[in-house]
Amino acid sequence: MIRAENISKKYGAHLALDNLSFEVEKGEICGFLGPNGAGKTTMMRILTGYMPPSAGRATVAGFNAMENPMEVKKRIGYLPETTPLYTDMRVAEYLDFVAELKGLTSRDERRRKVADVMESAMITDRQRTLIKALSKGYRQRVGLAQALLNDPEALVLDEPSIGLDPKQIVEIRSLIRNLAGKRTIILSSHILPEVQMICSRVLIINNGRLVASDTISGLTAGNVRKVSVRMICPAAEAQEALLRTGGVLRMEKREESNGVVFFDLFLQEDLDLTLWRRKLLEMVNQKSWDLVDLLCSAAVPLEETYIRLISSDLTGPEMEDGKEQDGEVAGSSAQEQSSASQDSNNLAPGADNGEVMKP
Amino acid sequence: MRTVYTMVKRELRAYFHSSIAYAIIFMFLFISGYFFFAGMNAYGLASFEMSKMAQRVGPRELTIAGFVVAPLLGNMSVVLLMMAPLLTMRLFSEEKKNGSIELLFTWPVTDFQMVMGKYLASLAVVAIMLGLTLPYVGFIWLHTTPPWSHILSGYMGLFMLAASFLSLGLFFSTLTENQIVSAVLSFGALLIFWVMGWTAGGNTDWLSELIKYFSILEHFQNPSRGVLDTRDVVYYFSFIVFFLFLSLRALEAEKIGG
Repeated sequence: MIRAENISKKYGAHLALDNLSFEVEKGEICGFLGPNGAGKTTMMRILTGYMPPSAGRATVAGFNAMENPMEVKKRIGYLPETTPLYTDMRVAEYLDFVAELKGLTSRDERRRKVADVMESAMITDRQRTLIKALSKGYRQRVGLAQALLNDPEALVLDEPSIGLDPKQIVEIRSLIRNLAGKRTIILSSHILPEVQMICSRVLIINNGRLVASDTISGLTAGNVRKVSVRMICPAAEAQEALLRTGGVLRMEKREESNGVVFFDLFLQEDLDLTLWRRKLLEMVNQKSWDLVDLLCSAAVPLEETYIRLISSDLTGPEMEDGKEQDGEVAGSSAQEQSSASQDSNNLAPGADNGEVMKP
Repeated sequence: MRTVYTMVKRELRAYFHSSIAYAIIFMFLFISGYFFFAGMNAYGLASFEMSKMAQRVGPRELTIAGFVVAPLLGNMSVVLLMMAPLLTMRLFSEEKKNGSIELLFTWPVTDFQMVMGKYLASLAVVAIMLGLTLPYVGFIWLHTTPPWSHILSGYMGLFMLAASFLSLGLFFSTLTENQIVSAVLSFGALLIFWVMGWTAGGNTDWLSELIKYFSILEHFQNPSRGVLDTRDVVYYFSFIVFFLFLSLRALEAEKIGG
């Protein structure tokens, strides 16, 4: 459905995309992942026919985006990152204009279609509002609505959930999921759980290069699982004992206060947790230590892979630091995770392309 | 064609939803109305003087065409020179500034349709503006027979002149995302085209003739005197086509350069 072959894009001397090739099948939801400045937006702009690549071919539904841009534009719906709408128009008026540009010439047909997309984007109640008076969340939905007007075979969404509040994020995700099936969707994001939740396949881009292209399960196979343990015990002895429980790849002591020691353990992902936990409890009983807390973090395995791919691509062997840093902050909210992943990118020492990585 | 029409509608709506079109049309009508009033006044005064003088020195030529219409056309052309960049400055600059050009480029609209849509919309505003000055002609008609052919050729000349201004302005708005820069560049360029004939003065060597040929002002002399010459029409037409073509190239360069 969507195919990129050896795409490169240069801005002056800066190589934004370097020989990128991939293919997205019909009906797939494909996530573009990568740090800021990795080339996600550039790639999307090339696919939508907004700009030509410096080299290579991009085809959508069999049409070359450069040679046959009109055919591609007719089949595609695009939501740019900044949602640039005509703010002096009312919602329904704006959608009517876009529908007419997209080739819906009959007034009745247009009215029906506009009502349709307003309903699926949940903006019917705002149709008389001037776009400049809308909140970011509503603008985003208007942007999505305009992308849907031509019943596109392919939807390209650049950071569709950026700047939305948590409730809106949930809504827009379910909206995107509902759109899948008959449409092919490409969306970019740096919120990993979002990609994990919505997408069937992930392309990870870094510094203009494709560093991975696989299904979620393919990408996360062989990852480690993190467990946090808080015990009242002698630290040094416990450290050794814990390592002997089996399956522990590495561990870190996070803090120690009033005899309570806090460990982070990284276990093999395929380890039987129930068994391991039993073993741990036995050991604690034996030594008559006191287990305060045992937390098996809801694993975000994609993050681990992402950080590994991005950092190794950047700095090679030095990245171990970055990885561990990230291990400490992994968990909780989506926002935290995305910033954590950026942090670790910035932490990567000696990044030769440091300027591209700034958040 | 349909797409161009859709573009024109949206651009016109943008002109009239904001106060730009109203402000420009109001100032244009106010100033040209003043010139018309002043011309008519002077004509009335001169006719009165002449009627006394004619007994002694014999009749002099005193026409409404020479006294009112020609100066009015000349003055309106200068006001247009100042207003045109203000009309065109937003056309592409605004879209570049707020990023909406990205969406525009991904809708099924060709660059040509985009340029034509925006150009024709600005031309429509000028047509409305010039149309609103037609009551002046009616006013002349109340008192005497207007010099129809002079007025017709004058208005056609004025319209072509404005169309040229707008095409140049459109081109400069494709170059920058700053509306003020766009307006200043267009105004400066138009002024250069306006005054470049002056350097040639009355010389008749080939260089002076060439410079005079490129001057916009030179080509407005005939229409404002009531003469419609195909040479002038060809000049304006090529001027417009040239700058619309440059606009297209600029849009293309914009896409390639990102």
